[in-house]
Amino acid sequence: MAQVQRPLSPHLQVYRWQVSNTLSILHRLTGVVLAVGSAGLVGWLLALASGPGAFQQAAAIVQSIPGQLLLVGWTFAFCYHLCNGIRHLAWDAGYGFDKHTARKSGIAAVACAAVLTAAIWALAL
Amino acid sequence: MAQFRLPPNSRVAAGRHFPAAPGATQTRRFAIYRYDPAAGATPRLDTYDVDTGRCGPMVLDALIKIKNEVDPTLTFRRSCREGICGSCAMNIDGVNTLACIQAIDGIRGDVRIYPLPHMPVIKDLVPDLTNFYAQYASIKPWLQTRTPAPPDRERLQSKEDQELINSPSACILCACCSTSCPSYWWNSDRYLGPAALLAAYRWLVDTRDEATGERLDDLEDPFRLYRCHTIMNCTNACPKDLNPARAIAATKRMMAERRL
Repeated sequence: MAQVQRPLSPHLQVYRWQVSNTLSILHRLTGVVLAVGSAGLVGWLLALASGPGAFQQAAAIVQSIPGQLLLVGWTFAFCYHLCNGIRHLAWDAGYGFDKHTARKSGIAAVACAAVLTAAIWALAL
Repeated sequence: MAQFRLPPNSRVAAGRHFPAAPGATQTRRFAIYRYDPAAGATPRLDTYDVDTGRCGPMVLDALIKIKNEVDPTLTFRRSCREGICGSCAMNIDGVNTLACIQAIDGIRGDVRIYPLPHMPVIKDLVPDLTNFYAQYASIKPWLQTRTPAPPDRERLQSKEDQELINSPSACILCACCSTSCPSYWWNSDRYLGPAALLAAYRWLVDTRDEATGERLDDLEDPFRLYRCHTIMNCTNACPKDLNPARAIAATKRMMAERRL
């Protein structure tokens, strides 16, 4: 008898989003955002090196509302990746694996990232 | 490469509905994944209204009630009904756990029941665990020694040494942890997964075992051990409240420390 091709059971489609797994994927997403944002930063530096005309164009993009929103997002991505990176360092050293502790440290990482983002923008504006 | 979408033969269609028996007062709706290999159809989600007033408190009680009274074709594994055999591991309300120790009252809304995630389905809630067991066997889950055993007694162990292995030995191999792990979903062909790694750790910290170096050599691989990214789904899912994430981190540390 021919073997029936067995179906694969649902995974991402059904698994519940919890603090721990949501923040884990957010860590990876913010890493991607940071990499893309670094390319943007290089673009901005290139414009700076190319002379006043190019720089004025770049500055106009950065100062537009979408540009500012992207910058806020990039700042948050930076702060969250930093805070959660510290959380990962603690894990690598063997601390914070109790599930209640891990949940609390995750919420703390998001809170710290939000506060840091707000502080950076308060200084910048 | 991770395949996020289900393949076409695995997508779940809407199924049949089974109303509660007449006279039911307290009904809860159970949405249950069904797949019949003989039917030649894709999986479906059947819904059953169960009179919880005439049913035991656990999700497994409801499954057994459905099988006995409504639909005898509903297929699932179960044995001890007290959380020690690990047979009735499944995805209930989005999290892997044992149906026998998950209270129906602990779930809000419809009770959604799927097989353990990202596994080949044999029938309904029964996944194929062949690869999972093979991975467990691959870590050589037995005592390995070189020195001869004492002639007059067993290899003794202190109370403190025993405490090192108490928790990881309590694993019942239900597969709730491994099948909750996204890294395991995408790489189960090369990543051992939390259950096998917890078992490996149990032998790494056993003070009677004399193959620690070889055991670490076997795990020294970009995939077998290091696909763990501390997502923590394993520890959150474990129905025995064990901590595979901590054991894996400790193993990574042993790996780093022996290089110093």
